Amino acid sequence: MGKRVGMEVSLAIAEAVRMANADVIAAYPITPQTHIVERIAELVANGDLDAEYIPVESEHSAMSACLGSAAIGARTFTATAGQGLELMHEVLYVASAMRLPIIMAVANRALSSPLNVWGDQSDMMAVRDTGWIQIICENGQEAFDLTLCAFRIAEDQRVLLPVMVHVDGFYLTHVVEPIEFPSQDEVNGYLPPLKYPLPLNPDKPVTMGAFAPPFIYTEAKKAQEVNIRTSKKVILEHWDEFGKAFGRYYHPVEKYRTEGAQTLLLTLGSFGETAMTAVDKMRTEGKDVGLLKLRLWRPFPFEELNEAVGNAQTLIVVDRALSFGGPGGPAYSEIRSALYSKKIRPNIVGFVAGLGGRDITVDEFAEMVKRGLEITNTGAEKEYEMFGVRE
Amino acid sequence: MKKNESELTWKDLEVGCIVTEPGSSREYCTGDWRSQKPAYDFTRCIKCGLCQIYCPEGCIRQNADGYFQANLFWCKGCGICHRECPTGVISMVDEEA
Repeated sequence: MGKRVGMEVSLAIAEAVRMANADVIAAYPITPQTHIVERIAELVANGDLDAEYIPVESEHSAMSACLGSAAIGARTFTATAGQGLELMHEVLYVASAMRLPIIMAVANRALSSPLNVWGDQSDMMAVRDTGWIQIICENGQEAFDLTLCAFRIAEDQRVLLPVMVHVDGFYLTHVVEPIEFPSQDEVNGYLPPLKYPLPLNPDKPVTMGAFAPPFIYTEAKKAQEVNIRTSKKVILEHWDEFGKAFGRYYHPVEKYRTEGAQTLLLTLGSFGETAMTAVDKMRTEGKDVGLLKLRLWRPFPFEELNEAVGNAQTLIVVDRALSFGGPGGPAYSEIRSALYSKKIRPNIVGFVAGLGGRDITVDEFAEMVKRGLEITNTGAEKEYEMFGVRE
Repeated sequence: MKKNESELTWKDLEVGCIVTEPGSSREYCTGDWRSQKPAYDFTRCIKCGLCQIYCPEGCIRQNADGYFQANLFWCKGCGICHRECPTGVISMVDEEA
């Protein structure tokens, strides 16, 4: 296997982009950007990556430039975070509806106001309906691997969709982790060149992003919906293929010590690492607690979640985002909805925790399990609780 | 046989709704957006072609006699030609209900 080196996770993502031999990178380089595109700019300037690097004047323009680049069939990458992702918002819909396989690393950060650039998943939740495939990483190795996989998935002729690779801001983007890198030959073997079916070409003109009056818009949206739903099968296929090639297997819902667990914690992203330690601790204390980690946010893995929850009695969902005035954290409310048709479903408790970069410790995850069981045992009907908030 | 556009199902659409036939916007009638249409007094026309240059729709062509005239299949009735004509050839008249 490849060599294992200590590297900042942002730089490892840049390394994945270099090894994927991306053709075009368009990015806005200023706050709240991370080192991902800074490193790629260096790689291009030093001749280590033969690509066009387009420094644009805003994230809105970054994503717009990516549309044009992907439309000619160029392998296209960008990265953003927090406010930057929100500034891209309207263009995100265009990328997915036009079926352009753009890869974007998103460093998940809190949204203003008050101004806060720390780790938080409010940004990724705000773009969940934009039609992008959304994949969540828990550590640096996953960030490298899943960025590489994202190219393979997005560019598959059966998919042709843009993919966001989510890494929690600071918790992942700014820490140095030991990461195993494959050789360039291995990457070339996994990732064939991009062949976009109908690229912009003066010799064979096509119109992209034309308008659709009411008589055809519904059909266009149905086609898009079927496409992203069926992409799950292809995502599983490519993760499996990646596992066979590199020895690390990824799943839409990752399970940790769920055997015989009556109580399950469910987390998204870097929370998972701390929650695993908490589960280990609770297991040694004789508590039958396990952990589920949601890896695939869009398309939502309904069957896999259903299977992973099994016959557990209590499911405690920890969100790092809030839906103001809504039914609790976004993951919590979607999971409740997804499990509604299950004949025997668990009691589901929601916590919103770790907003704006507030750390959640091992003991606090144990505390959430304790509190979650209290809520279900008393039968108190609660939408959710904001964990650790000072009253 | 090619399906009528309004009979297309979601399965008939190209990837990303790409339109593979160039120039298909010519088939789209924008003339029915009009509430007023241009009317011409060609006796005043000096054939300068300014109306053609200013027309945002690109729907003005020279007729057999060399006069410039809007194609009403596309003309949206914006009145820019009327406004720009230096000799007052074009007046805007209401569409009949």
